[in-house]
Amino acid sequence: MALEKITKVVGTGVPVMGDDIDTDRIIPARFMKCVTFDGLGEFAFFDVRNNEDGTPKDHVLNEDRFAKATILVSGENFGCGSSREHAPQSLYRYGFRGILAESFAEIFFGNSITLGMPCMTLARPDLDEIAATLKADPTTPVQLDVLNRSVTVGEREYVAGIPEAAREGLIEGRWDPIAELLETSEQVDGVADRLIYV
Amino acid sequence: MQDNPKSLFEKVWDAHEVGKLSDGRSQLFIGTHLIHEVTSPQAFGMLRDLDLPVRYPNRTFATVDHIVPTDERNEPYSDALADAMIKELRKNCKDNGVTFFDTNTGKQGIVHIIGPEQGITQPGMTIACGDSHTSTHGAFGAIAFGIGTSQVRDVLATQTLALSRLKVRRINVDGELAPGVYAKDVILHIIRVLGVNGGIGYAYEFGGEVFDNFTMEERMTVCNMSIEGGARCGYVNPDETTFEYLKGRNYAPKNWDEAVSHWKSLRSDPGCEYGDVVNIRAEDILPTVTWGITPGQAIFVDQNIPIPAELPEKDRATAEEALEHMSLVPGAPIAGTPIDVAFLGSCTNGRLSDLQEAARYLKGRKVAKSVKAIVVPGSQVVAQIAEQQGLDKIFTEAGFEWRGAGCSMCLAMNPDKLIGNQLCASSSNRNFKGRQGSITGRTMLMSPLMVIAAAITGEITDARKLFEIGRTAA
Ligand code: SF4
Repeated sequence: MALEKITKVVGTGVPVMGDDIDTDRIIPARFMKCVTFDGLGEFAFFDVRNNEDGTPKDHVLNEDRFAKATILVSGENFGCGSSREHAPQSLYRYGFRGILAESFAEIFFGNSITLGMPCMTLARPDLDEIAATLKADPTTPVQLDVLNRSVTVGEREYVAGIPEAAREGLIEGRWDPIAELLETSEQVDGVADRLIYV
Repeated sequence: MQDNPKSLFEKVWDAHEVGKLSDGRSQLFIGTHLIHEVTSPQAFGMLRDLDLPVRYPNRTFATVDHIVPTDERNEPYSDALADAMIKELRKNCKDNGVTFFDTNTGKQGIVHIIGPEQGITQPGMTIACGDSHTSTHGAFGAIAFGIGTSQVRDVLATQTLALSRLKVRRINVDGELAPGVYAKDVILHIIRVLGVNGGIGYAYEFGGEVFDNFTMEERMTVCNMSIEGGARCGYVNPDETTFEYLKGRNYAPKNWDEAVSHWKSLRSDPGCEYGDVVNIRAEDILPTVTWGITPGQAIFVDQNIPIPAELPEKDRATAEEALEHMSLVPGAPIAGTPIDVAFLGSCTNGRLSDLQEAARYLKGRKVAKSVKAIVVPGSQVVAQIAEQQGLDKIFTEAGFEWRGAGCSMCLAMNPDKLIGNQLCASSSNRNFKGRQGSITGRTMLMSPLMVIAAAITGEITDARKLFEIGRTAA
């Protein structure tokens, strides 16, 4: 399976600041009654964006000027909580192609990389500055440089982090590991035979 | 060969490592795979798209828990989407030869309750499930963690996962817990001390006198919530308590003595190196309640609701958001906060011992008129034994609704939901905004006994005072 080599993500961004934004907020559980991920995009951050009666809330994600954003900017421990892949799937289908945050919950991070959606970490002051820049001008170009671990917002360049395994997978076009996992079936049988259970 | 001393985590990891992948991650063999109706259908779909079979069908076990109604027995269920998901799982299991603990087997229940209950969960295993509370199974000395749906696909197709090795943090809880302090309080306290993201990159190894003395069910409650502290897996070294629990269960090994001697060799070696060691004194832990929207926003029941300005700067914004959502008054005592709903259940505290302990104190008392109270056994087996012991009567006579097995109001994917801004005293594990089915709904996490105390008085109450348990620790 040849996958696209993801060295860069270029677009515009939207700041959804705050810490510990959990997967229940990214996609409320009631939208998980589905047997495929198709169509989850419209439910991303549903309760964050909408009132109980379905009317839109006053929220950045409802502002027209951010409607075309493809890069999400947030705070600490983004994606904590459940292992539901519905969360990154809904963000991806909503149109996001990259996420910047101070840190990510582990399962969410892994799920996102497997979708080919880079998640990069930045220092909090940098994120706050980026958020301010985007608020002032939502058309500011944002570029995630996975290869060189940096993020450019307008004229400013920031140092960004991404673990080596994820970086390697993205830039080499192996972010979905299934092909490689399928290659080793003999060794897998070997391990299974040696195990002292089942 | 005399190796360096190793932790259980390293021993189990090494035994399951198939090799290294080109990105430097390990290819890890997954001995036991558990699936449920919400995160598996998409994975089976991906498998069909790739035209791949299930590689080791006998290593996957399935159940329905998340969406199953707990007050309706017959299909089709009134929720058509839920009905379709259950049928999809049934079909996927049948087509692929996967064992399914269906609703008519008497063994259905929350995936993290039935694994141990059936003896499927054993020491030294690697266990994966498309659910973050898979960490529960670590109570047996297994390395168990939650995975996403693409990874469910990977396990179905290859029985392996691409993973980076975790560091191990040893958490010792020594001393003796005061009466009225439970495993739930221990883990809420640990999360409060180490933070909701303190465990990222770590497996938590729980030990010390408190864990040595804990039953398996208590160990499960703690391991269950490791993920709430950011740790993808948590475990306790296996010991006689573990073996005793497993002996004679449906899936327990037939070559028992051999299994036990192998399991004994898996304990972390004395002198093994940990990434980090944390020591907590049991005496410092009191009954704990959450006041916010993350499980780390917790205080002792005799404390006051925090004032954001007095918190460390980085916690203030989330605290303000939390207090606004919870409509709580900063600085006021948390005890006395009126509740609307009491929920006893979930994979954290829906086991037999939880129901027994709750019933022991509930007996002969009544739920406050203002409170809707439900008790949801974690599995059909739990329900059955509880009914044999007459616990259902104690609950219903007190004014609780006695339900069928499932996740229920823990995540409200079935009809059990909060309405409007109801406040729920809950024995579950997550107090996220909207978690219990209403955007404005409010959740306070606590031990089963504290749930019972709140149900009776209609407000957050120190169960030790209400039930005159021991003396209040200093
Ligand atoms: S009881 Fe709650 S936390 Fe446990 S598996 Fe079910 S939904 Fe998840």
